[in-house]
Amino acid sequence: MQPIVPIHYFLIVAAALFSIGLAVMITKRNAIAVLIGVELILNAVNLNLVAFSQYDPLRLEGQLFALFVMVVAAAESAVALAIILKVYRHYQTTDLDKISSMKK
Amino acid sequence: MDFSGFLNNLTPATGFFYFLSFLTILTGLMVVLSKNPIHSVLYLIATFFCLSGHYVLLNAQFLAAVNIIVYAGAIMVLFLFVIMFLNLKQEDEESKTNLTKIAAMVTGGTLFLIFVAVFRKTQFGAFNAYSFDSQVGMVESLGEVLYKDYLLPFELASILFLVAMIGAVMLGRREAGDRHF
Repeated sequence: MQPIVPIHYFLIVAAALFSIGLAVMITKRNAIAVLIGVELILNAVNLNLVAFSQYDPLRLEGQLFALFVMVVAAAESAVALAIILKVYRHYQTTDLDKISSMKK
Repeated sequence: MDFSGFLNNLTPATGFFYFLSFLTILTGLMVVLSKNPIHSVLYLIATFFCLSGHYVLLNAQFLAAVNIIVYAGAIMVLFLFVIMFLNLKQEDEESKTNLTKIAAMVTGGTLFLIFVAVFRKTQFGAFNAYSFDSQVGMVESLGEVLYKDYLLPFELASILFLVAMIGAVMLGRREAGDRHF
């Protein structure tokens, strides 16, 4: 018996979101926009995990993994935004191309 | 399959799925295309709501609620706060070369095509739909597994949150000589 919506379709949506997240990370120069790309990628992975969770005998392991991904994403974005605040105070900009003093 | 046959076979669940997928990808694309970072964040919130709909379709009701509360409610408010804090409304898009945009389009498109090609070749095993239980994604069954089999990761997550909170407070603290906001 087939599921109502085949799992391929969810995987393709997740793949599209992942690619969009990568494109966001490449195009944007603002550090916050790059973080937005990271969040999109994390959500694409979450969708994959929940979709594959249907193959589990308990059907829960993938969902729990997605829950932990959310936990880590929350902690990560809090620390990253604090770092961006600090960087802005030091350089007066969040443009990642201009924060290049380590290159010299 | 022609279009009328497609429409005849459309059940409410599949129709909902196609609508949600269209909306998800559209709002995701708007995140890339919008120049203003605030608009980007707002479109991202819309994407998260669509993803919650996908979770409901995949029988993960609790995760759908958590996704809205944690992502759309907490993390995105944090993003909006920082953007307004730093006054980043104007972004100098003119200085960005077209080469970057083309490179991003090529990279993202290629990655997507590779994904689709791989999924077309892959055989997914049949899954047993007869053991279907609509209560599987609710708090009760999820909590039972979380507090029995995943107790150690759960406790480690609390330590991670503590460390992240202390780190964020340490980093965001006002130092002597900084201006007041």
